[in-house]
Amino acid sequence: MRETGIAGTPREAGALDVLGSARRGRQRSPLARFVRNRAAGVGAAIILLIVLTALLAPVIAPDDPYHQDLAASLQGPSAGHLFGTDSLGRDVLSRVLYGGRITIPMGVAAVAIALILGVPVGLFSGYRLGWTDTLAMRLTDILLAFPSLLLAMAIMAALGVHLWTVSVAIAVTSIPLYVRLVRGEVMRLRGREFVDAARCVGVNDRTIVFRHILPNALSPIIIQASLNAALAILSVSALSFIGLGAQPPSAEWGAMLADGRSVMQVAWNVTTFPGIAIVLVVLGFNLLGDGLRDAYDPRSRR
Amino acid sequence: MLAYALRRIVMLVPVLVGVSVLVFLMLHLTPGDPARLVAGPDATPTQVDEIRHALGLDQPLYRQYYVYMVRLAHGDLGQSIVTHDAVTDELAPRFAATAQLSGAAMLVAIVVGMSFGIISATRQYSVVDNLMSVLSLVGLSTPAYWLGLMLILLFSLHFRWLPAAGAGGIQHLILPTITLAMFAMATVARMTRGSMLDVLNQEFVQTARAKGLRERVVIIRHALKNALIPVITVVGLQVGQLLSGAVLTETVFAWPGIGRFMVDSIQARDFPIVQGGVLLTATTFVVVNLLVDLLYGVVDPRIRYP
Repeated sequence: MRETGIAGTPREAGALDVLGSARRGRQRSPLARFVRNRAAGVGAAIILLIVLTALLAPVIAPDDPYHQDLAASLQGPSAGHLFGTDSLGRDVLSRVLYGGRITIPMGVAAVAIALILGVPVGLFSGYRLGWTDTLAMRLTDILLAFPSLLLAMAIMAALGVHLWTVSVAIAVTSIPLYVRLVRGEVMRLRGREFVDAARCVGVNDRTIVFRHILPNALSPIIIQASLNAALAILSVSALSFIGLGAQPPSAEWGAMLADGRSVMQVAWNVTTFPGIAIVLVVLGFNLLGDGLRDAYDPRSRR
Repeated sequence: MLAYALRRIVMLVPVLVGVSVLVFLMLHLTPGDPARLVAGPDATPTQVDEIRHALGLDQPLYRQYYVYMVRLAHGDLGQSIVTHDAVTDELAPRFAATAQLSGAAMLVAIVVGMSFGIISATRQYSVVDNLMSVLSLVGLSTPAYWLGLMLILLFSLHFRWLPAAGAGGIQHLILPTITLAMFAMATVARMTRGSMLDVLNQEFVQTARAKGLRERVVIIRHALKNALIPVITVVGLQVGQLLSGAVLTETVFAWPGIGRFMVDSIQARDFPIVQGGVLLTATTFVVVNLLVDLLYGVVDPRIRYP
């Protein structure tokens, strides 16, 4: 791509978007509202903190997450092991820190795949209309007819259990959401003057859709992606928990919970701490998504 | 209304056909030979060929789908590879167990979620409202199965008040219901609060207050009635979430439902069961959503059907 597509793109007058300025409200740009929005700030801070601890895990983790010490198994939290040890004597704190390097990228990958496949389909579906649109809409109808986790499970059953199939399976369940969202935005924008103008000077459909319409539809996509990341991370750990995702001895958070379940009677720590990690990250993405939505649409309430 | 309902039912047909095609193709998307998969790892090549023929897998794909659909129309979902019993006989009792759990969870989510939402909306920005906003967001961020594990840790293992697993009396239902209901409860609470706040600012509510009606009557009879539509939409969408959550809740609490059964069947590579279970759950979801759509007209007589 020659340019990022944001600079130099004709922007719809009064379009409310995270990156630009707004007409509505008291002349306060969405960016300013976002900065002032405490929920979004807290969310971004939580995500940053957890991503940092995951990135720095090799430096800050007190132990190798896969190092077994059977003599020290199932210990409660202590100075030596802040979160205690699991049934194989592995340090739970180290495993939780390293777990972020598995669970978060898998969830983010699922969102990325869904974006890459869903956004173009939504763009062309809403722009071309006709049979392209009808086909896309009927396909999303069918995909939305499945409860999401069951669809993901069915895909895992068909494709087999690998880390990449987890992300693909979860992505497939959220593609219809992006198709619908983007299509709606395009329908709203396709009749605007700047689209007509581009068409008049002979710009081809692909350029109109990607360089002119997409930049004006970015804000709701970003909001959806943030909220979707929260769900994707929940789904990644859920699939691992039921044995259809990351497999032992992986330090993936859901897999750790499945592992700790069998020793719950004697060791509360093994199931408690990975769960708190999941709650924190997911809460971070939910807060961020909510905050962005408030910044984008000041009328919506928290 | 009746014409609208009929048209909606007719519109379901292509969706359900699409669902059946996807479910049918599932077996064929798996890497490797489906006949070998069904026959198991120890089968001889002759046995695999026999099974391929018996299952009609040597026929062209469209022909196989036709046979699949004819059987489906007769209520025949095939046989379990593991137990050799009819899939429908295997699924029926488990579906009932899942319906019981999901129904209880839905009831709790609606009653508690709406109450919380109304309390929050009538005391906007109070301590109670802020606390509930935070709690509902945490509720949306908590993995259901982890909440289940924590409840077991506290109420079954520590206090020994409630059973940790299995089905039976009402005491077996309490923890799984709370676990499954939490996500929907938080969603309903948030939606009720938002929708109530919108309505409470409208003039007819002020008029009702000005008439000197008691606050309780204003809230329940005037405001809530008008705030219901978005809440009903969310409740309908939560059915899919409940069916997904049921898989996890049933796994945690060893509840004899369809979700846990499907997890076990995927691990046992019992494809007919998985196909039947996915088909049954998706159909349930689609039908419940149709019923919810039709409910709009009952709640809001202003809605006209084109």
